[in-house]
Amino acid sequence: MKLQKATQFGLYAVLELARDPQSQKSAVDIAKKYGISSNHLAKVMRDLGRAGLVASVRGAGGGYRFSGNSKRVTLMDVITIFEELGSDASDGLNSPHRIDIEDALLSVLFEIDEITQATFSSITLDTLLKTIHWRGQK
Amino acid sequence: MIYNQSKLEVHFRPAEPNDLEQIVKLDKQVSGIEKGDYWMERFTQLHGGLGGHIFIAEKQNAESSDLLGFIVGEVRAWEFGSRPCGWIFALAVDPEYRIQGIGEKLFKEISSVFKENGATSVRTMVARKDQLNMSFFRAQGMMGGPFIELEKAI
Repeated sequence: MKLQKATQFGLYAVLELARDPQSQKSAVDIAKKYGISSNHLAKVMRDLGRAGLVASVRGAGGGYRFSGNSKRVTLMDVITIFEELGSDASDGLNSPHRIDIEDALLSVLFEIDEITQATFSSITLDTLLKTIHWRGQK
Repeated sequence: MIYNQSKLEVHFRPAEPNDLEQIVKLDKQVSGIEKGDYWMERFTQLHGGLGGHIFIAEKQNAESSDLLGFIVGEVRAWEFGSRPCGWIFALAVDPEYRIQGIGEKLFKEISSVFKENGATSVRTMVARKDQLNMSFFRAQGMMGGPFIELEKAI
């Protein structure tokens, strides 16, 4: 599956900041680290700020710091700031005028959507950051 | 084995027959379903040497002990073409004592026994909508495995 660019950038930024909640980093620094557009990231940071996941720090050495609870915030919480996940399967299931083939295909798409959403909803930022450590141990 | 979970002193040990009543009670409290027969069968298998493990977490008082959580599982092999693997069938922690590391310690206890029994991985099954348990198991390092559960209404 592929996430939109804004979603990917949002996840990079929020995870980068949640990794060290005491630190503050500028959008330019984060953009440079991940090789992404700092202009685009600046817009993403504003959305994350409005959602209460990051707070801007003014002054010299200012930037952003993580302001959420990494043991509570899930990947799904971040993703839904930027996009609605899934196909049109959920809408289609409620339509009274479905053709049989359409119906069968929608049920498969619905199954995939449910698994995707359950997966993203069950992984907190803290758990994802821990996987970096676990992967290093393998 | 006694672990001091912050200020709460919790004792972890394999379950014994006289724990059955408290396990059934906590299971009902957490799952909303009373399964006395199931637990009786589990204990009969366990103490008949037919395999399986049940660990409990308890808070010890001067005269009695209160059950705070339990975990149930066993090593199974070659079903579905799977190599020996530890299966976790059930896990429950009293809602009042959650987020204190009790579930994590129970998970570690049973994983350690699975390893002694020859398993190299641990597996469980969680309802898609059960975010609480899915998040818990993922926080222990579990990820989607090589099998997919399929079913059909009959």
